[in-house]
Amino acid sequence: MIAALIFVVSAAALLQFFVSYCRSLIAAYGQVELSEQTREVAGIDDHIVYGDDFHRLLQLVGLCPEPGDDRVEIWSVRTYYRLLDALRAAFRPLMPGVSEWAERERISCSYFAAVTLDRRITYNRDLMAQQMSHKA
Amino acid sequence: MPGSVDYLFSLFGFLFEAAFVVCLIRQKASGRYFALGLYMLSSFVLSIVRYVILLQLGFLSDQYIYFYYYSDAFLTICLFLVLISLFQIVFEDMGIRRHLRVGALLLLGGTAWFSYMVVLRVATDPGLSWKMTTRFVVEMSQNLYFVGVVLTYLLWFATATMRENRSRLIQIVLALGIYFSAFAANYAFRDLYPQFRAIWLYVPPVMGVALPLAWFIAFIHTPEEARLATARVVPAPRHH
Repeated sequence: MIAALIFVVSAAALLQFFVSYCRSLIAAYGQVELSEQTREVAGIDDHIVYGDDFHRLLQLVGLCPEPGDDRVEIWSVRTYYRLLDALRAAFRPLMPGVSEWAERERISCSYFAAVTLDRRITYNRDLMAQQMSHKA
Repeated sequence: MPGSVDYLFSLFGFLFEAAFVVCLIRQKASGRYFALGLYMLSSFVLSIVRYVILLQLGFLSDQYIYFYYYSDAFLTICLFLVLISLFQIVFEDMGIRRHLRVGALLLLGGTAWFSYMVVLRVATDPGLSWKMTTRFVVEMSQNLYFVGVVLTYLLWFATATMRENRSRLIQIVLALGIYFSAFAANYAFRDLYPQFRAIWLYVPPVMGVALPLAWFIAFIHTPEEARLATARVVPAPRHH
């Protein structure tokens, strides 16, 4: 009985800590302005990113050679996005407020993916510039 | 016997612990986050000793089993001290450092006493009495993980209500919360379903990599001066 109680409390705490951790990552990325080049590459018009863009943006991220230091963040936010998908689908008919909140979070996840793409593009551009300067 | 996956996790955990300590020193943050550095360094050194004992005496040797559980208890106490140091950082302006230390010692003593009482009940069985110290160490580790979950939750609640907005600190606290709650849930799950070995056996090595990695990321990606709005991090759905 005590073990079951500890399990439920700890699992609930784990979920909340994980969600908050993902949100802290997303919030940190949310402060970054997207470059014009990334907006062009990602096809983001009028500075608007949609929740459904997340997977498409991550596919683009996957095409860029990685700097190797953002995989854990991507994994965490992808898991969080899946949780939001499930939450949105489950609560849409019952509690539209929760569903709307989940949609806003999905948009933040997409923005996170766009900033990740931006970072990788910048990284690769700098790398190429370095190589060019070495050749010269 | 540990398989190649276990060794792989150990290796990654080992590397990230070392990377974290180096990063802490390079960023000249070892003074402010001394407890974190000390914990990672202890974990790093103990991992080496564990590995040496494993190689020389074998996985099923008494020495390895004893050393594993005793070092785990030591690291859990260190992690508890890390948590208290994070409390001190969050409440540094309030001048309650001494109260926090006394509270932490009382809590640690209380947890040890509670664990001892639990073990004492089992020890009345003459066949098990010789294992009392080891049982006490394991019991105390389990209880400390749960105390850690509660304390981290309180700390997290305090950071949210006090509008604490240091990004790095928030990420460190949340990663610690994930670690404590995963271990506490895992121990409880093991007690409930001992037959699901394949699940509860892999949580400690995964978390052993996740914690140093999350802290390492917090230090390399988030500068000390970075700030974020705490309200964005608390997962409360807004109703209209």
